[in-house]
Amino acid sequence: MTTPAPPHVTHADLGGRRGYGRVLPEPEGELWHARWEPRALALTLAAGALGHWNIDVSRATREALPDYARLSYYEIWFHALERLLRERGLLERPAAAGERVLHAADVAAVLARGSPTARPDPAPPRFAVGDRVRTFAGEVPHHTRLPRYTRGKRGVVVHHHGAHVFADAHASGRGEMPQHLYTVVFEGRELWGDEPEAATTAVSIDAWEPYLQPDAEGA
Amino acid sequence: MAHDHHDHDHEHDHDHSDLSPMELRVRALETVLAEKGYVDPAALDALIETYEKRIGPRNGARVVARAWVDPAFRDWLRRDATAAIASLGYSGRQGEHMVVVENTPDQHNLVVCTLCSCYPWPVLGLPPTWYKSAPYRARAVREPRAVLAEFGLSLPEGKQVRVWDSTAEVRYLVLPERPPGTDGLDEEALAALVTRDSMIGTGVPRRPA
Repeated sequence: MTTPAPPHVTHADLGGRRGYGRVLPEPEGELWHARWEPRALALTLAAGALGHWNIDVSRATREALPDYARLSYYEIWFHALERLLRERGLLERPAAAGERVLHAADVAAVLARGSPTARPDPAPPRFAVGDRVRTFAGEVPHHTRLPRYTRGKRGVVVHHHGAHVFADAHASGRGEMPQHLYTVVFEGRELWGDEPEAATTAVSIDAWEPYLQPDAEGA
Repeated sequence: MAHDHHDHDHEHDHDHSDLSPMELRVRALETVLAEKGYVDPAALDALIETYEKRIGPRNGARVVARAWVDPAFRDWLRRDATAAIASLGYSGRQGEHMVVVENTPDQHNLVVCTLCSCYPWPVLGLPPTWYKSAPYRARAVREPRAVLAEFGLSLPEGKQVRVWDSTAEVRYLVLPERPPGTDGLDEEALAALVTRDSMIGTGVPRRPA
């Protein structure tokens, strides 16, 4: 008998949360705070280049770490890297012949290329710049990039980016499922009511089409 | 770019007894991955050197300075920031899809990633610790002026604050306003006034001395 996988819980969705203290600025050029940090960064990038997982799987793994809140950011990356490697059994077997190992000579080219996520349109876009939309309001049982503070909120489409790899699907083994991506802006009052800064603040997110519905009331 | 190290660990490579648990853990994983053939330690060195010496906020500063002196380039940034920035040699990982947002007398722009640490690496390098921290991610979208005050930045009362939460693979670079008194400066001198924080929105460019 198999037990169903536990629902995905993120500890990373922090936008708008109360109870956090001051932001501590730091001088430009202060890159590391412990000697292991650059190695952890480089291991994460080099292991990612092998292609056994994608960036959305990495993010989903990081945000689900039970001790996320008390780890430093490079600790989060490193703990998630260990988990990804263990889950795939890579630590128990030597690299296969066709393994895509990143070599020093290729580093500059690989970084300069990156991993663009724009894809051909899967269908005509449902929304256009200027459209009023309302975001999905419910719970999401898997990795998603619709922050909680913007759920069930009314906003306006201010940019259409074309179709992009859909993070929700890509993080959960459902392939790229490209979807149209839009920048949607929310008035401060829609998000934060009559809080002091709301009147002079507007916030945007980049939202894939499945996050959005037409806003009939605003039309 | 400055890359002065602040190693709080002591340097005792000959004696592992002084290493932190994380240091040991990272070294152990690197050893296993190298032995099994998954990573090339020379590639790790090259990655670190790249982000210490070649990819950092001086790249973004050159983009901003060019936009200040060249209206055609500024217009190109508005239409296709990815291509315009690539024309200066900056492209790729964590900057595949760039958007440049312009500060104006009426609007100040601020960039955040509330869900993780998304940041435009080709133009700004690796994100500072505060950018990835819970206080910044939680508060930037709700009380941006209070956050800016902690950076010593106070905006005029009527100015709109526009916050860009980087929730997909689009990466944002703030184009700050050119400081007054810089008419006679060349592009290189202008770039020297452009701080990392002014391209995130938590600061403004320096004034000329």
